[in-house]
Amino acid sequence: MAAPFDRNDDSVVVIIGTGAGGGVLANELAQKGVSVVALEAGGRYLPEDYINDEWESFGQLAWLDPRTTSGDWRVAKDFSGLPAWIVKAVGGTTTHWAGASIRFQPHEWKALSTYGAVEGANLLDWPIDADEMAPWYDLAEKKLGVTLTNNLPGLPGNNNYKVFEAGAKKLGYTEVHTGRMAINAVDNDDRMACQQTGFCFQGCKWGAKWSAAYTDIPRGEATGNLEVRERAHVARILHDDSGRVTGVEYFDADGALQMQRAKVVCVAGNSFESPRLLLNSASSMFPDGLANSSGQVGRNYMRHTTGSVYATFEKPVRMWRGTTMAGIVQDEARHDPSRGFVGGYELETLSLGLPFMAAFLDPGAWGREFTTALDSYENMAGMWIVGEDMPQESNRVTLSDTEDQFGLKVVNVNFSDHANDIAMRNHAYKQGAAIYDAMGATRTMPTPPYPSTHNLGTNRMSERPEDGVVDRNGRAHDVPNLFVSDGSQFTTGAAENPTLTIVALAIRQADHIAGELSRGNL
Amino acid sequence: MQETLSLRTLTRRQLLSRGVAAGAGFVVGATFVAGRDAAWATEMNALKPDTMATLIQMARDIYPHDKVGDQYYAAAVKGYDVPDEVDFAEDGIEMLNAKAGEMGFGQYLDAGWEAERVGILRAIEDTPFFQRIRGGLVTGLYNQKAVWPIFGYEGESYSQGGYIMRGFDDISWI
Ligand SMILES: Cc1cc2nc3c(=O)[nH]c(=O)nc-3n(C[C@H](O)[C@H](O)[C@H](O)COP(=O)(O)OP(=O)(O)OC[C@H]3O[C@@H](n4cnc5c(N)ncnc54)[C@H](O)[C@@H]3O)c2cc1C
Ligand code: SF4
Repeated sequence: MAAPFDRNDDSVVVIIGTGAGGGVLANELAQKGVSVVALEAGGRYLPEDYINDEWESFGQLAWLDPRTTSGDWRVAKDFSGLPAWIVKAVGGTTTHWAGASIRFQPHEWKALSTYGAVEGANLLDWPIDADEMAPWYDLAEKKLGVTLTNNLPGLPGNNNYKVFEAGAKKLGYTEVHTGRMAINAVDNDDRMACQQTGFCFQGCKWGAKWSAAYTDIPRGEATGNLEVRERAHVARILHDDSGRVTGVEYFDADGALQMQRAKVVCVAGNSFESPRLLLNSASSMFPDGLANSSGQVGRNYMRHTTGSVYATFEKPVRMWRGTTMAGIVQDEARHDPSRGFVGGYELETLSLGLPFMAAFLDPGAWGREFTTALDSYENMAGMWIVGEDMPQESNRVTLSDTEDQFGLKVVNVNFSDHANDIAMRNHAYKQGAAIYDAMGATRTMPTPPYPSTHNLGTNRMSERPEDGVVDRNGRAHDVPNLFVSDGSQFTTGAAENPTLTIVALAIRQADHIAGELSRGNL
Repeated sequence: MQETLSLRTLTRRQLLSRGVAAGAGFVVGATFVAGRDAAWATEMNALKPDTMATLIQMARDIYPHDKVGDQYYAAAVKGYDVPDEVDFAEDGIEMLNAKAGEMGFGQYLDAGWEAERVGILRAIEDTPFFQRIRGGLVTGLYNQKAVWPIFGYEGESYSQGGYIMRGFDDISWI
């Protein structure tokens, strides 16, 4: 049967969410001839719709439904209703993302074995490893057209990168380059080369940056096997008496409740919405939420140890020109406990426009200490820290008493830094500032973490059912035809930006699901 | 920001003659607030002109940028000049002036040094009034496209073909 599919067609795979995980899975399955209905809460926006304006774009793309926060992270105070800065649109947060696409280091698949038990942390080894993932990473890098892989050239460095690179080299760092980026340096795969417009976070108007919105999704649709229903907000997942899922209920664009039957359901709503759906799908058979016999649904929420360092100089930098994330220092990504923490971190250039800089440089601050920094905005350079944070059971997503526009309970996100996170961040602040000091910075500013952009771990993958929510294929330990397909399956976060790994896992999972379907096992 | 024709057609002398000085920077008339140099003026719809003048000064003292003119601060707080916000703004400024009084100034605008006014603001910075005014300024001030060039920020670049030919890597001091 070809798309569109009937709501009573129970032979389809339903995918909830069309971001890095769901969007890629949808296309990969469609390419293999599997019938897919992808339900996406957001609308469809393409390069011609994207807006080169930070707040306007935020209003267009961001997930703005209510969420609540608790814990001692500063986001809970400064942005209490906005724990994450992620997207509600076809293509999910791949419209926003900066494109940094790096593989986990081999040891990071085995955090518990490598680091040993860390007090207060709920560390675990992934049930898969670097060798097993290598071919899927190859496919993911090809799909995303990642620079400096597959003989693709690197991007040219912009002004922000040049300050960063020169400072890093003065410090003796050697792994310094313009990054492995899902941004075309040359025309490739029907997408043009980067024009250095500098609004990567607002959606790339040239399509130079990979996004599921204008690659995987239309390609999947072109097969006739994929139907994407936009503005379809899934409310709960349904199951039968045998404990198999049978379909989903969702609110359509007019707010009417609909039901779509399914043979398989894949949850890919990002690490807040995916556990929320499982928890909101509790029933008499699954009183603690679907797939939650381990009690781990929603727990071990990770957001990477982040922070930024901005610095001002005597002369102009104009960091906003060109790619937002224009280069990387990888020397600190190694695991080296002599630094006072386990795991490692990457340093990556970052720039914000003036409106976002005013909001995020030091939220809540006022007076001349703050405004004189902005007075030097033109002379500012900036970088972002992304490091491995510790999974903790108490860092978790739960259902809050607040309800959304459909009367569904929204999530509360509780997060507090682990001591390891704090030690790592402080080390990174020092190294970041040293890079800029080496270039004659007149002032350096250790900037607190923004609302989360990397959200991981709330339905984690585990060998044993009691340790996590899904198995090595992302299949729920408790429910044979339910999968988790997004960043929430991460067992640990590693130091690297997550999307390449989410995509590699989605390609691998598509292979598994298609195989199981053809073997009659689903 | 809203300027009305009637004000704009007045000469500087006429404008100033219709108002009285408030603080260091403003002239306040029965229905308007204007800059001392009459380079800008805003007509009041709901708030007392004195309240608006105080709000503008407060906005500048919260986010002081010496190269940014008062008209941008006026635009950033102009949104409170509507009937729904009258109680919030008038009560808040009354509270601010009372605090100034306690600290030895007649009212907020009588404190001549920025440091003195900042001292008064520090004393009320945990109030919902202060926090809402400050929070509103983050977008009200910095999201005005007209102020961006003052900071060197160039804004939208797609329509000009990005920076690939316009200096994305033109840094010369490294
Ligand atoms: C500013 C920014 C920069 C970033 N830069 C990078 C980078 O350089 N490198 C990198 O690796 N990562 C980066 N990321 C992170 C990256 O975007 C995410 O990790 C990735 O997109 C997550 O994929 P996902 O599939 O888990 O979720 P998403 O891509 O967020 O997709 C989830 C989708 O599910 C939909 N959805 C949720 N709930 C429901 C529901 N109930 N019903 C229907 N649909 C639903 C949402 O609307 C959304 O479209 C960045 C993120 C941001 C915000
Ligand atoms: S800088 Fe390059 S990748 Fe980023 S939005 Fe512009 S063209 Fe796209």
